[in-house]
Amino acid sequence: MRVALFATCVNDALYPSTAIATVRLLERLGVKVDFPQAQTCCGQPQYNSGYRKQVEPLVTRMVNTLAEYDYVVTPSGSCAAMVRNHYPRIDVKSTELAPRMLELTEFLVDVLGVEDVGAYYPHTVTYHPSCHGLRMLGLGERPRRLLKAVRGLTLLELPAADECCGFGGTFAVKNPDVSAAMGADKVAHAEETGAEVLCGADNSCLMHLGGLMRRSGSALRPVHLAEILASTEQEVAR
Amino acid sequence: MSGGTYLGMPSFPVAAKTATHDGRLRGNMHRAMNTIRTRRARAVSELDDWAQLRQAGKEIKDRALRHLDEYLLQIEERVTEAGGHVHWAADAAAANRIVAGLAKAAGAAEVVKIKSMATQEIGLNEALAAEGIDAWETDLAELIVQLGHDRPSHIVVPAIHRNRSEIREIFRAEMGRNGRPAPDDLTDRPADLAEAARLHLREKFLRAKVAVSGANFLIAETGTAVIVESEGNGRMCLTLPETLISVVGIEKVLPTQRDLEVFLQLLPRSSTAERMNPYTSMWTGVTAGDGPSDFHLVLLDNGRTETLADEVGRQALRCIRCAACLNVCPVYERAGGHAYGSVYPGPIGAILSPQLRGIDNPVDASLPFASSLCGACYEACPVAIDIPEVLVHLRERAVEQPGHGAERAVMNAATWLLDHPAALAAAERAASATRKLHPRTLNLGPAAAWSDTRDLPEVPSESFRAWWRKQHR
Ligand code: SF4
Repeated sequence: MRVALFATCVNDALYPSTAIATVRLLERLGVKVDFPQAQTCCGQPQYNSGYRKQVEPLVTRMVNTLAEYDYVVTPSGSCAAMVRNHYPRIDVKSTELAPRMLELTEFLVDVLGVEDVGAYYPHTVTYHPSCHGLRMLGLGERPRRLLKAVRGLTLLELPAADECCGFGGTFAVKNPDVSAAMGADKVAHAEETGAEVLCGADNSCLMHLGGLMRRSGSALRPVHLAEILASTEQEVAR
Repeated sequence: MSGGTYLGMPSFPVAAKTATHDGRLRGNMHRAMNTIRTRRARAVSELDDWAQLRQAGKEIKDRALRHLDEYLLQIEERVTEAGGHVHWAADAAAANRIVAGLAKAAGAAEVVKIKSMATQEIGLNEALAAEGIDAWETDLAELIVQLGHDRPSHIVVPAIHRNRSEIREIFRAEMGRNGRPAPDDLTDRPADLAEAARLHLREKFLRAKVAVSGANFLIAETGTAVIVESEGNGRMCLTLPETLISVVGIEKVLPTQRDLEVFLQLLPRSSTAERMNPYTSMWTGVTAGDGPSDFHLVLLDNGRTETLADEVGRQALRCIRCAACLNVCPVYERAGGHAYGSVYPGPIGAILSPQLRGIDNPVDASLPFASSLCGACYEACPVAIDIPEVLVHLRERAVEQPGHGAERAVMNAATWLLDHPAALAAAERAASATRKLHPRTLNLGPAAAWSDTRDLPEVPSESFRAWWRKQHR
């Protein structure tokens, strides 16, 4: 089984710890994972902003770079949905790549068949299911089942969990007031749970929520799901 | 009587900014949306075959739209055979002219109206007022909007932005100026408010010679018009006056009577969370001794043919105006209906208004961007309109308009960088080397829009790419 990591541009440039955690987690589960270095970005920001022509070279790059792998795993529901759901509409070349692109929790639960990944994380956590993972990929209970199996972790239910956090890519800057109002409500719900950690499977949503939380001096910490699943008793460094 | 207007509305982000800071509006909206969402979810979950019904609804509508030309001619034939008259209106001005002419010919100085999106869309009330004809809204929520010199903010519940005490104030101040006044001791109990409206409207129903309606469906096979409603005011308008004028968008066609079976399940559950709506009225032309003796059907295009020509955008014409997409939309809840600058607010408005009105004005050009693309609307839509898909499609059109040069340059530069991994790696190294200098806030352009409310993320000491290289040297 040849497995590639698609790190995503956001994780590569701003959240390397999430991509590193994904590699460590997969290796711990016995999967040899490759990082083809010609990869960059899936082109979702351009696509969702209406610049379809600017996406085309990036689709070609993704298709060429990831052609030889059985699975491509990515710690982002949104980027996985871009490739799986939108790519085929943009360029027919991508029809072979599209179904092989899996979000991390799909790969763990559906391909590897694991729910207990042997993680240890002694914190209270609440989980926000980001919209594209939730509605476009249909991740369902996978992330929460994985979290529930983590030793030491207490999962607290997030009220109105299905509601969008307000990030929405360029929406966050084109409609900053509505975006921030949605984000503030999401943070308030997360704070209501009393959890220490707000967990998500998309760092762009966490960047938005984390930015709001830091500005307001919230005690909550945003942490990507991959980093929780990667942590073990040996390294409770966080 | 004058109403609110959409002319000169600011673009969505500007209008929404005001709404997000209006605590009372947000409170009203949040409470109302929460209730309506929970009730709808329950009404939908009662049916095991909801997914199949939704698919059937989509397919029936698509079939109707595919053969729209034939079905419309069939409707004209059937309605005419049944003693009605059919008028074709290419745009709002034509439709208004036709209705005003018919009302005058009937000798009416006033008309009673059934809640109708099509007549809101064409600004019929204002057009009739300009001809000296009063148009009285008889749906409770529309009455509140009309008496309050306000604009509707929701497709099904147009006064959703008002709470009970505001409604009481409007009734007390305005009813007397337009007919029977509200009682002096009017409370804000819903039953009392409804009773005041009932008494105020009754004299109008009994006096009116002409009624104006829309229609939820037009059956091609029989030429039958169908209206579903909850209050019974529609039934009054459809039966008491001598003349009935129905202004109906050409996309309201269903091929056969049997197709109603699907839509009479989809619509009430999606819109008002009812298993069945209390009143369903159907009429075919005129029937001697039963209801109006003079029936006119005004078939309205007003941008629909052009919308139909767009392969991606045409699915918006499947819409049955249930408002489920508004009710689940987190952007609509916070921005309020007025921010959309159209009688069609919320997700459906964001894809319908720019198609019907064109994208070359600031309001309509901003609407396709009034969404985080979370997909809640698509999930809720009973005729499976992929609203996010249409939004992105319309964004592609919007950025072709003037004023997107700078953004296009940024997108081009980003694509170039992302298509050159070595240059990207160099840029990441440069960002990491200067990371201590990066501020948490910036006050320029999009960065300011971000950092007015949110800290900027910190740049890491090395990118993932750099880490991987070190590991695999
Ligand atoms: S788009 Fe769909 S959900 Fe929205 S009003 Fe129309 S039919 Fe209802």
